[in-house]
Amino acid sequence: MSVAKPGFRHPEAQKNKLGHTRKAYEGAISTLCAGCGHDSISSAIVTAFFEMSIEPHRVAKLSGIGCSSKTPAYFLGRSHGFNSVHGRMPSVATGANMANRDLVYLGVSGDGDTASIGMGQFTHVVRRNLNMIYVVMNNGCYGLTKGQDSATADKGSKSKKGAPVSLESIDLCEMAIQLGAGFVARGFSGDKKQLVPMLKAAIAHKGLAFVDVISPCVTFNNVPTSTKSYSWVRDHMEATQSFDFIPLMQEITTEYPHGTATPVALHDGSIINLYKREDKEIISSRRQAIAALEETKEDEQILTGILYLDPDSQDTHEILGTTDTPLNTFGEKELCPGNDVLQAYNDSLR
Amino acid sequence: MRIERVNDFVVRFANVNGSGSASANNLFAKVVYRLGVPVSPKNIFPSNIQGLPTWYEVRISEKGYQGRRGGVDFTIAVNGHTMKQDYEMLMPGGYFLYDSTRPLPDNFQRTDVTVIGVPLTQLCNDEFSDPRLRQLLKNIIYIGALASLLDIGLEPVVESITKQFSKKPKLAEPNIRALELGFNYAQANHQDMCGLSIRRSDAVGNRILIDGNSGAALGALYAGATVVGWYPITPSTSVVEAFERFAGRYRIDPETGKKLYAVIQSEDELAAIGIAIGGGWNGARSFTATSGPGVSLMNEFLGLAYFAEIPVVLINVQRSGPSTGMPTRTQQSDLLSCAYLSHGDTRNVILIPSDPYECFQMTADAFDLADRLQTPVIVLSDLDIGMNDHLCQPFDWDDTRTYDRGKVLNTDELDTISQKWGRYLDIDKDGICYRTLPGTHPEKGAYVTRGTSHNEFAAYTEESAAYERGMKRLLVKWETARHLVPEPEIIIKDEKAPMGVLFFGSSTYAAHEALERLEENGLTLNSMRIRSFPFQKEVFEFIDQHEIVFAIEQNRDSQMKILLAGECDISPGKLLPVTNFNGLPITATMIINQIHTALLARGRTNLTTAVQREAIS
Repeated sequence: MSVAKPGFRHPEAQKNKLGHTRKAYEGAISTLCAGCGHDSISSAIVTAFFEMSIEPHRVAKLSGIGCSSKTPAYFLGRSHGFNSVHGRMPSVATGANMANRDLVYLGVSGDGDTASIGMGQFTHVVRRNLNMIYVVMNNGCYGLTKGQDSATADKGSKSKKGAPVSLESIDLCEMAIQLGAGFVARGFSGDKKQLVPMLKAAIAHKGLAFVDVISPCVTFNNVPTSTKSYSWVRDHMEATQSFDFIPLMQEITTEYPHGTATPVALHDGSIINLYKREDKEIISSRRQAIAALEETKEDEQILTGILYLDPDSQDTHEILGTTDTPLNTFGEKELCPGNDVLQAYNDSLR
Repeated sequence: MRIERVNDFVVRFANVNGSGSASANNLFAKVVYRLGVPVSPKNIFPSNIQGLPTWYEVRISEKGYQGRRGGVDFTIAVNGHTMKQDYEMLMPGGYFLYDSTRPLPDNFQRTDVTVIGVPLTQLCNDEFSDPRLRQLLKNIIYIGALASLLDIGLEPVVESITKQFSKKPKLAEPNIRALELGFNYAQANHQDMCGLSIRRSDAVGNRILIDGNSGAALGALYAGATVVGWYPITPSTSVVEAFERFAGRYRIDPETGKKLYAVIQSEDELAAIGIAIGGGWNGARSFTATSGPGVSLMNEFLGLAYFAEIPVVLINVQRSGPSTGMPTRTQQSDLLSCAYLSHGDTRNVILIPSDPYECFQMTADAFDLADRLQTPVIVLSDLDIGMNDHLCQPFDWDDTRTYDRGKVLNTDELDTISQKWGRYLDIDKDGICYRTLPGTHPEKGAYVTRGTSHNEFAAYTEESAAYERGMKRLLVKWETARHLVPEPEIIIKDEKAPMGVLFFGSSTYAAHEALERLEENGLTLNSMRIRSFPFQKEVFEFIDQHEIVFAIEQNRDSQMKILLAGECDISPGKLLPVTNFNGLPITATMIINQIHTALLARGRTNLTTAVQREAIS
């Protein structure tokens, strides 16, 4: 069941540039467990789209199957959604994006949905560099089937069930960097201050923006021995860099001292300001970005922030050379070559 | 005794895969076609790129029979590995052309065939020095010899070569030279050796010679397909390759040079259908093309498209299963799986073309039907129609035709509808509801598409009554589909005839030939060619009207018979199976023999005399 939210809002609620309040970006009431990390991410998504002043109906939200994939019902209620089949959100998103390149595509998946059954689709949508935001709500376990370890659960980590994970974990960010995503970031559902600008930067990025968000499962995987628990992540989080995201045309306000920032311009004119000079090198080099991830892991830390960025990568449409007008707007006039062409073709066979 | 026939025989080329024989052999078929003589070439090829045996069997038939005939009258044996086998299968009285650069082995001792030696290798090596060219031109030399032996003459072949190389006349020269070598050699050494000949005719009429996959690709192009997801698999690969070729020619924005289509070669068939579904959901006409193993992989997604009601077109070019089966051999064995593809109660609209023209037409229609019915539509072709050239009526397109995009609400309509819109609300009582596309309206029409059960307003529900209502409405839609899909082609020769035959797809050629041969021998059978699923009432009426109906199909288990028995109340035993599942196209003789055997077994001897005669002859 989905439950609609009460409609009442404060009459003087803040409005964005489109004149919408935050309400225009909300969805139905969540049916996930109280305290679920995913709800925080949903809320961050609402904030990011609200603050970016994106028309909600110009967003298409797609998901696979699992707890994470239920969340599109809980945000952006004015957007079309597609809750597809397990692990196959990337292909549906690809087809949808090919049909209409003018919408913003937000794919939501989980660690089971992406790192196991959907691994093939994940790797190939990244290779294609589809223009979309790909969010993984990563809790290291299968929630809906009651807590089995997933492929991102760290080796040695113990969930509520108590047995240590015996297999190596898959680092989706490392894979995304290796496979050519232009934007790779890792966040934590418990750190909205970092997550919201991260999502905003992902939205502004053209091409595939991969955002892995560690999102504790309060029911099955939030014991202190789990590396995906709130306490563990809080104690072991290390931000790559401090950064601001400045959308195009927005007044620059920053919490960091002036003159220390290295700006990186995104395709739409937005700017990401990095506040440690050396990070510019690291995040623009695949090799260094992967090394940074591995080094932090060796120190039993979790590296968060924007991990890799190539603002100029070509997206699928540019690679294919498709026309700028959305393909779903064409009719027989543009698409059908007509009978004369067909008759000439017949003749060519004779 | 040697076979003496004009415009009615079978020529078989035995080659090695990857030796460049295909273009030479195609040239031969094209020349016969251009002489106005009906021709039906079939590639019998291995799942291999180089080195394994491959055959190209050309049936020449003034009467226009295009099914495989069986038996070979003239063999061109240029594959040493299969030479003995090729020699043995030649009909008594037939002709055996071989490369006499090396002598025939001692165990080639048949006295009932005419052996024709042409020193292909020697002629070729004496004339040409480039090793790559040598390999290709050796094939042209035997075409030259055939031009002499079959009384075609040099000129029609030269004409075809010149046409083929019109853009690269330099390449035509050595080809024509090779052709002359073979022709002159046969003229000088084998005058009057061969009793088979090809004579110019007007039996082809205005028909074209083309493969069904090209037809399907053109159909998709003309119907306005813009999003394609695919994964290469024999024998469907050439559908998308042809689509890309045509689209590259006719779908480029002249101002920007950019494409009005997006073809994505995906990581697997799961993604291929996912892409097509995503495109269909978002308002672009989308399709994928695959074969049996791919269909199995697409199973889950097809159920989603059925249940969530998303238009998508799937072209299934069938091959021999199960599993990898015989990937380069034909069959009609995916009928049942496609009809009920996916878990749960599902049923899918199927269109069944029987020649390249119908591949074109039905593929184009499939997009209208998918949009109208908001459901997957499967075009069920097969390797024989898809990859072999067939004579068929020329393609045509009605320029006044518009695309039926079905029930899609635009911004204005969303603003003006009076009642509350529900994605799965059956306003018109035809089982088809109104859908909206993402991005249409700032406030109205958004919903979540899902494979989980949903109510009329697309909200997730596990309420039994809502689920049942939805499932029952899909049956209402199924009834609507029944009136929209192509009708069967029924030929009633005799209102009182107790027996009929039914068939579909690529079995049509052999079925028509069998019916004609039986009728010439005094046994008249009514016939029905089924062209779609769901079946219309005409299909049931035809079966009802007869005591016995033979179901001719190319699979082991008589899948059409099973499907018909399940879909309508037919008394068991009324449908008698006539099948071939050996991977080669069914022949008229196979059909006649099986009808004969079945009738004998039922003690219908009074009906079988004609059949008997025919079967024995």
